Amino acid sequence: MTTVGKPGVNERKSVDLSVPGRTTTEAATYTVAMEAVDLNAFYGKFRAVRDVNLSFRDRQITALIGPSGCGKSTLLRTLNRMNDLVPGARAEGEVRFHGQNIFEASVDPVELRRRVGMVFQKPNPFPKTIYQNVAWGARINGMRQNLDELVEYSLRQAALWDEVKDKLDESGYSLSGGQQQRLCIARAIAVKPEIILMDEPTSALDPVATLRIEELIQELKVNYTIIIVTHNMQQAARASDHTVFLNMDSDRAGYVVEAGTTGTLFTKPARQETEDYITGRFG
Amino acid sequence: MTPAGTETGGRASDLLRSSSQMRRRQRRGLIARFALLAALMVAVAALVTLIVTILNSSFGLVAVENARSPSELVTSRGYAEDTALGDLSKEDLVALLEAEISTNLGRRFEREQRFFDNRLVFEDPYVLNDLCMTDEPPPACYLPARSHSDVEALVVERVVEPTIVGTWSFFSSTFSREEIEAHAAEKYPGAELEHRSWLSWDFVISPQSPEPAIAGIRTALLGSLWVVLITLIFSFPIGVGAAIYLEEYARENRLTAILQTNINNLAGVPSIIYGMLGLAIFVRTLEVITSGSFLGTGGEATANGRTIVSAGLTLGLLILPIIIINAQEAIRAVPGSLRQAGMALGSTRWQTVRSHVLPNALPGILTGTILAVARALGETAPLVVVGASTFITTDPSGPFSKFTVLPIQIYQWTSRPQDEFRNIAAAAILVLLVLLLTLNTAAVILRNKYSRRTA
Repeated sequence: MTTVGKPGVNERKSVDLSVPGRTTTEAATYTVAMEAVDLNAFYGKFRAVRDVNLSFRDRQITALIGPSGCGKSTLLRTLNRMNDLVPGARAEGEVRFHGQNIFEASVDPVELRRRVGMVFQKPNPFPKTIYQNVAWGARINGMRQNLDELVEYSLRQAALWDEVKDKLDESGYSLSGGQQQRLCIARAIAVKPEIILMDEPTSALDPVATLRIEELIQELKVNYTIIIVTHNMQQAARASDHTVFLNMDSDRAGYVVEAGTTGTLFTKPARQETEDYITGRFG
Repeated sequence: MTPAGTETGGRASDLLRSSSQMRRRQRRGLIARFALLAALMVAVAALVTLIVTILNSSFGLVAVENARSPSELVTSRGYAEDTALGDLSKEDLVALLEAEISTNLGRRFEREQRFFDNRLVFEDPYVLNDLCMTDEPPPACYLPARSHSDVEALVVERVVEPTIVGTWSFFSSTFSREEIEAHAAEKYPGAELEHRSWLSWDFVISPQSPEPAIAGIRTALLGSLWVVLITLIFSFPIGVGAAIYLEEYARENRLTAILQTNINNLAGVPSIIYGMLGLAIFVRTLEVITSGSFLGTGGEATANGRTIVSAGLTLGLLILPIIIINAQEAIRAVPGSLRQAGMALGSTRWQTVRSHVLPNALPGILTGTILAVARALGETAPLVVVGASTFITTDPSGPFSKFTVLPIQIYQWTSRPQDEFRNIAAAAILVLLVLLLTLNTAAVILRNKYSRRTA
């Protein structure tokens, strides 16, 4: 990965690092899509995420980086309550979405997940046709609209339309890994979410497909807020506007070390821990 | 090894020569291997013996004694002695009947079905005409005339009257034919030896009879199918439903663990216990329902609660845990990533289960169900307790009728003293085995098709 990835990083660095610089200024007003306040996540008695306070900006890409097991994925999956599905998992604190705490009893997790979509580490299309993969979410959410149009729109948004428009009736599994992941993104888009959570979406893909997804994420930023967990620091550096660095303490609970614009965090980290991690001294 | 190579290769062969410790290890491995092979051989031998024994009894020589010899009959109609009965014209066959059976019996046959369309043989035309005017006309009034083969069968049954006086197994029939012939000639001088396949299409479609030569398994086969149908209707939805709940909804707590353990244990409870349960609940307590009297079907009242419904429900209870366990395994085999993908799109749990989990688990669920049904089809003990009829010649007419099933029929035939019953029992076992093999093959095909698709 490193040998193949390096030239790509150098090529794109000049382009990508300029993005945060352009869009974020200290005084500029921005809207917050989602906010975590004193968030703690547990598996039974084990605390996986500790005292997280973060705000995720609307229509921006936020990358969560950190060593394995530091709770990045848990944090991500807490944001749309996918972790509810894990037996024994629970969360304390607040995650505010449109001003409402998503852990309140009045919040329906099903509706929350419709509005906060998710793309997983391994491409997981349904064993159905490409068309049905995209249309299913809209159908079960009772969306009354032209499904053909929606499928085309979603596939176009996911930059997959031209590759699959002639074989919409073929199985989702007939696609390559990268195409499958874009299909999963199209599927997530089809239910019209506001935020898309991505849990290491490129870790199962080859460098070319990875690059393709990263470009796609940049395009999606126009319409969606994106929060992406990645193992790959180069990916965070070249594909995100903001970066959050998490580490774990002696109890193996993840906490936020530093958060900021990607440019700042990678070039002038405020904390020694961050610098050690991004320069590859540990993790 | 060449002499030149010995010197230079000496050290190398020393290096690779097995030490005594290595030889011991090899020897142990060899012993283990032969022990395992022996186990396999015993298993195979047992199976082969079983099959051979059954086949051996299903085919073989029989000594048939005729009340009237066919050759005598054909010569009486002016044919050559070696003419077969079937080669006689229909007119000649009817003439034989006319000569050999009583007029009363002939009338009875003719009222059932006429011999000729254009004339009557035994019956008075006026009498038949009058009969046809009544509210319940005999079948002869509307059925076409008997066919040639029907008449031939009547001649054989009523005039020739063959009775089987001796039977021999397939092997002795094949390898010691002369001895059998000598023995038969001495013991049954009037009898003829002929090959008989006890398993035949006639055997499958004939009803049960006290006469082994003409007894068949239709009654038992239909009973088995009815019972299995009720079993399936009862246990498939309940079993699959319970499995879905346990796998997809139930929380992992102590109660679930206890339930799970109990279901696993129930799958191993001896089947006769289920029979007693069925007797207590379905036959006795729920008699009003299982006898069908709540529907007012009084005609079958003699069955009480010992009906197809009771048997089906009892077997349903028996295979319920098996279906639950198999369905659970099939549901568990559906990758969790599919569930997550569904849930992440804002679907409810049930929408995900319905659209993704169930379709993917279905082949596995069906495979498990087929195997469970095969088990139900072969069960005997619980049905003995529930009260399957041991002798019944009428086909089951519905879920509230008396019944017998194949294994019970086989059991009943094997306990009869006459040799012939053991032959037809063997033939019935063959039919049962074919049924079970078909079901199991269907399950295997389903499983293979499914695993290829996901691979």
